[in-house]
Amino acid sequence: MPMLDHLWIILALPLAGAAINGLLGKNWPKSAVNSVAIGSVSLAFLAVVETVREFLQLPANQVPWVRTYFPWMTAGPFKVNFALQVDQLTIVMLLTVTFVGTLIHIYSTGYMAHEGGYYRFFSYLNLFMFFMLTLVLAANIVVMFVGWEGVGLCSYLLIGFWFLKQSAISAGKKAFITTRIGDFGFTIGILLLFWTFHSVDFGTIFSQAAGMPSETMTQAGVLTTICILLFTGAVGKSAQLPLYVWLPDAMEGPTPVSALIHAATMVTAGVYMVARMHPLFSRAPIAMLIVAIVGAATAFYSATIGLVQTDIKKVLAYSTVSQLGYMFLACGVGAYTAGIFHLMTHAFFKGLLFLCAGSVIHAMGGEQDMRKMGGLRKAIPVTFWTMFIATFAISGVPGFAGFFSKDEILEAAQHSNAPLWLLGLVAAGLTSFYMFRLIFLTFFGKQQFDEHKVHVHESPRNMTIPLIILAFLSIFGGWFAAPKLVGGTDHFEAFLHPVFASYQMQATAGQEEATARPVGEESAGTPAMDLVHAFTGPPVIVGLLGILLAWWFYIRRPDLPKRLAQSMYGLYTLVLHKYYVDEIYAAVIVRPLLWISTNVLWHTVDEGLIDGTVNGSARLARETGGKLRELQSGNARSYASWVVVGAVGVTALLLGIWMKVH
Amino acid sequence: MNIVPISYYLVLSAILFGLGVVAFVFKRNIITIFMSIELMLNAVNLAFVAFARAHNQLDGLIFVFFVIVIAAAEAAVGLAIVITIAHNRRSLNVENVDLLKF
Repeated sequence: MPMLDHLWIILALPLAGAAINGLLGKNWPKSAVNSVAIGSVSLAFLAVVETVREFLQLPANQVPWVRTYFPWMTAGPFKVNFALQVDQLTIVMLLTVTFVGTLIHIYSTGYMAHEGGYYRFFSYLNLFMFFMLTLVLAANIVVMFVGWEGVGLCSYLLIGFWFLKQSAISAGKKAFITTRIGDFGFTIGILLLFWTFHSVDFGTIFSQAAGMPSETMTQAGVLTTICILLFTGAVGKSAQLPLYVWLPDAMEGPTPVSALIHAATMVTAGVYMVARMHPLFSRAPIAMLIVAIVGAATAFYSATIGLVQTDIKKVLAYSTVSQLGYMFLACGVGAYTAGIFHLMTHAFFKGLLFLCAGSVIHAMGGEQDMRKMGGLRKAIPVTFWTMFIATFAISGVPGFAGFFSKDEILEAAQHSNAPLWLLGLVAAGLTSFYMFRLIFLTFFGKQQFDEHKVHVHESPRNMTIPLIILAFLSIFGGWFAAPKLVGGTDHFEAFLHPVFASYQMQATAGQEEATARPVGEESAGTPAMDLVHAFTGPPVIVGLLGILLAWWFYIRRPDLPKRLAQSMYGLYTLVLHKYYVDEIYAAVIVRPLLWISTNVLWHTVDEGLIDGTVNGSARLARETGGKLRELQSGNARSYASWVVVGAVGVTALLLGIWMKVH
Repeated sequence: MNIVPISYYLVLSAILFGLGVVAFVFKRNIITIFMSIELMLNAVNLAFVAFARAHNQLDGLIFVFFVIVIAAAEAAVGLAIVITIAHNRRSLNVENVDLLKF
């Protein structure tokens, strides 16, 4: 088991790449930077493949496979080891992260070819891979937290990559600070975990939690508190309501960064964390309900904002927030497998969508406004077709990757929480509408730009090949679950079964009775009936309706959107301005905070209290000295008088002592 | 032979010392101040001698020699300073010599 014993290699490769490029790459030619960056990540991918091969040969009782490398922190009973672990969940994440990561590295060599700070970009990107893999491989929550914060740091660095642009700098800071609010909860959650279980190792925590009674809706205890605190961290990192505001702004970063960090991997860390901590969540029904509600609400809410955005990347950003909401909805109703499944397929198709958007922007020479595109279908066919496939995938058209995962999520939600299911369903319709709106505006219709000014050209091969590979995955990436439709097994679920099995049963135990009937009905049909049933289920119908509506609005009657916007002016403006959430946050939180910082903390506490104390003690010393120095009058007779006074004083003292003694 | 009690010597010494102090503080002429220092030194010498005699020990007497030697040295240095001051200021009033101050 050479690779399983040396899991650290997976981490060391991208870290070495980051260090080499970051420290030495400044004056290297681009080809050298490329080979270090892509080499390290693709080697990491190969290492992961080898890990998977060895992992599949492990006997079941050795899973999760934990390797402890060195003790990191020891303080009394608080022990943290640098330990890595591999189980089925880790495998899924590792493969997704390294594979999509490698493709995006390759794509970046084309996209960033004309940018300054080339070595810096790839150094950050490799560093990100290192932290993301740390997060995924961690065997205890403290090591996980290292990865968690590390990806946040890299996100900040890459959003603000063009650091001469004021908006990029602010977006980077916004992302960092907003996620920090969530991380505050996460940190307290970690402390509470240690306080409760006296350990930070996942294995120890989960085996102890297994012995604890499940908390109920009416009796919430420490587990619920821990879960809600941890989920706060996930809300920040995965851009859920109410902390989602940073993700749309994060689009200031280079597009490959949006694809890798703000769509495929980092933002899904929250989902991964909830899935990883499922033994706790499954015992805290209130926390589960919160996760589900936040997820469904976010899915719906940000989908509505996506409807009216005109910046191609902003649409995708709100779409990402919405899809992450789906994943949390899945976790919240106990369908962790479906959540992770959607995480994986989403990494494929949303990564692809962003890369395609990058390719479009590249072709348009930097233009991001969809209203100024149009008719690009013929000019950039590879980008068009791959993006078309990805759009089908995200819209849940049967046969594409997103169909399987989204269907599973909505099915699980339907059986456990009907209102949330309805919300998710509507969001699915909105999703297909805004995605096809994007496609129609960008690739169909009349050209809205001056052909002589904009030289539209297809992207180079190092950009299109990753697109094609991801397009394949956007179609076939969900087919693990396909046999289920004809009465077979869902291979993805079967693979993850050992991780989630015991808890999923428990979570659905209460609903067994409720679901018994419909499940019975379904399984009564023949495989063919199941297939028909799945292909004509509500998610599919709603999705197709969305597509049809988008077609009607943007192909058939292109004047309609404007008219509709005018007739519902109030609502339209509200949504166009993203419900004024940024403005509300600015008014309620940012500006009061600035006011308090300026007037209270700066002018009162710092200038008044702290400076006052320091300056005051100096003034006291100076003034005392000023008074005392007047004793030094230069007049010998006054000195003499002082000597006399002193002598008399000493004599009186001695006399006093003498009289006391006798 | 009637031995004069030690307390007499000590009282005399204290009176002389007190006179020296008063003169030191209140007189303005540097020479007078200088003399009052000598007076104080010799008042102390008297006390030393008286104690040496009363206790029949030599320590006090030896100390007196030291004091006399120091007083002689001091007189040499002090009078030189006095002459310089008189030379520069055309005055022996101590109140005029107060430049060394804050």
